[in-house]
Amino acid sequence: MNLFLQQLINGLNVGSIYALIAIGYTMVYGIIKLINFAHGEIMMFGAYFAFIAATSFNLPVWAVLLSSMVIMAIIGVAIEFIAYRPLRNAPRLSALITAIGVSLFLQNLALIIFKPDPKVMPKIFPETIYKIGEIEISSTTLITIGLSLFFMVLLDLFIRKTKQGRAMRAVSEDKDAAILMGINVNRTISLTFAVGSALGALGGVLYSVAYIQVYPTMGVMPGLKAFIAAVLGGIGIIPGAMLGGFIIGMVETMTKAYLSTTWADAIVFAILIVVLLFKPTGILGKNTREKV
Amino acid sequence: MDHNKKKAYLINAIAIVALYLVFFVLIQTKTMNNYFVGIAIMTCIMIIMAMSLNIVAGFLGEMALGHAGFMAIGAYSSASFSMALIDGGLSLPPIITLVLAMVVGGIVAGIFGFLIGTPTLRLRGDYLGIVTIGFSEIIRIFFINFGPTGGAAGLKGITRLVNFNNVYWITIIVAFLIFTLGRSKQGRAIISIREDEIASEAAGIPTTRYKVLAFSLAAFFAGVGGSLYAHYQSFLEPSKFGFMFSIEMFVIVVLGGLGSLTGSIISAIVLTVLPEMLRSFSEYRLLVYSLVLIIMMIFRPQGIFGRSEFSLTAFIESLIRRKNVKNSIGGGEAS
Repeated sequence: MNLFLQQLINGLNVGSIYALIAIGYTMVYGIIKLINFAHGEIMMFGAYFAFIAATSFNLPVWAVLLSSMVIMAIIGVAIEFIAYRPLRNAPRLSALITAIGVSLFLQNLALIIFKPDPKVMPKIFPETIYKIGEIEISSTTLITIGLSLFFMVLLDLFIRKTKQGRAMRAVSEDKDAAILMGINVNRTISLTFAVGSALGALGGVLYSVAYIQVYPTMGVMPGLKAFIAAVLGGIGIIPGAMLGGFIIGMVETMTKAYLSTTWADAIVFAILIVVLLFKPTGILGKNTREKV
Repeated sequence: MDHNKKKAYLINAIAIVALYLVFFVLIQTKTMNNYFVGIAIMTCIMIIMAMSLNIVAGFLGEMALGHAGFMAIGAYSSASFSMALIDGGLSLPPIITLVLAMVVGGIVAGIFGFLIGTPTLRLRGDYLGIVTIGFSEIIRIFFINFGPTGGAAGLKGITRLVNFNNVYWITIIVAFLIFTLGRSKQGRAIISIREDEIASEAAGIPTTRYKVLAFSLAAFFAGVGGSLYAHYQSFLEPSKFGFMFSIEMFVIVVLGGLGSLTGSIISAIVLTVLPEMLRSFSEYRLLVYSLVLIIMMIFRPQGIFGRSEFSLTAFIESLIRRKNVKNSIGGGEAS
């Protein structure tokens, strides 16, 4: 029972990170119907910037997080402007391949700038271990879960209550109608990339703190899993991405704890396949009929 | 067979034999050392992989991002087969062993293509892409955990049966088969699904059956490519068949032009040879590679050839025509 509770907390920890990254995927997909393969790399760069801010500049924790998020928001907007905007009206496949290209580009850029060897991420959060009975919870875990939840609530408020948030929802629902309503679509899309990338960067920092490492290919697997989380919850739906992230994190942790460490990834993929085969629109998705 | 078709076959056959002779002489006179021969063999394997992927991605128009998985199945099953054959003491000539292993690898991969394709081809677009990624990752993780084929450490001691001579002719045969497929009744049915699935269904084409057929055939040829890879490298490692390798193959097909087999061939050659040539700046080569990909998508999203094929016959004819025009202008006999 204790082991189970312990794993439950670990699952929440990993799941909240996946949820943060998955939000970026789902927001971008919702608004321009593009699988932003570069999102995993944005997460990786976010982790690296935090690493640099923490080791070379010795910034306080909040500044480390904030600087990494702001820089990645700017880079995210720049990527959209340079690589995706010219392809807004091109076939979706071209845009997808461009996203793959951007992902490869960023990965190799990181290999050149930061060199392939993994670096040790410093413990940026104050480290204390709380004991409840026989369960141990580190403050890092608590902070990770807390920060993720805080930003998710913030995002939800932003999307529902503010004017920009409403514009985002409008554009993702019907771009042409949104233009007619006087919404600046380009600016809304840029804003979506900024928010998604900032959350992705936060996810990256938390991920690197949890696994105590930064390396250039660190974005690939969590990126893929976060994407699976987004699809699982119903791509384009923000609460779906959060739900999916927690489910994937939980499944992964539980498989690692009770079944097998080496098969954990395979089981995550198997879940994705099963969900897609029986409910292609994801858990929270609604079916849309294809019209001739 | 009409006259034009006969002429086209003749010209292509001559070109193929001539190219072979060029390589033959270069290899025999040691102008091409083992390193270059190795690149040539890898190029042939990548040509097979790109063309087979083009059946699904180009002809059928579906996004398949898990081609490395089928290649892995073909590679591992054919390698296990040939190892069992050789361990069993059967002393067949090497080329027969290779062909048998290729057929086994192809069929096993084809069966998996059928099994995976049947349920998944109900999905379309991005979703299909993700599911194929999922399957190929599961296949890779399976081989990492599967003891009998060496697990994560890899499968060692596969007899090296592939050399440039046999891989060249196998590539030609595969290319011929896939070209013929594209023009056959089945191929045209598959292409019609790409153009408009609903319309082709209305025209009486059993779309599901043809989609699964395309998927299984692509898996079959990927298995063949994987078999060649196994018997060339004589060592297999699950990590080779990762997500990035599938993407690499997809990129080759897209750059050549989705639906253009000659495009796939040329882009497979360029994208296999070019990185080798850039070895000295190996740090920057993938950076350049990805930039080319992005720029290409922005300025020429349909790939080098689009959907059209490069035809040697037409090329020669246009050369002759141009010459005639020049002659007539030079002679001042413009009529």
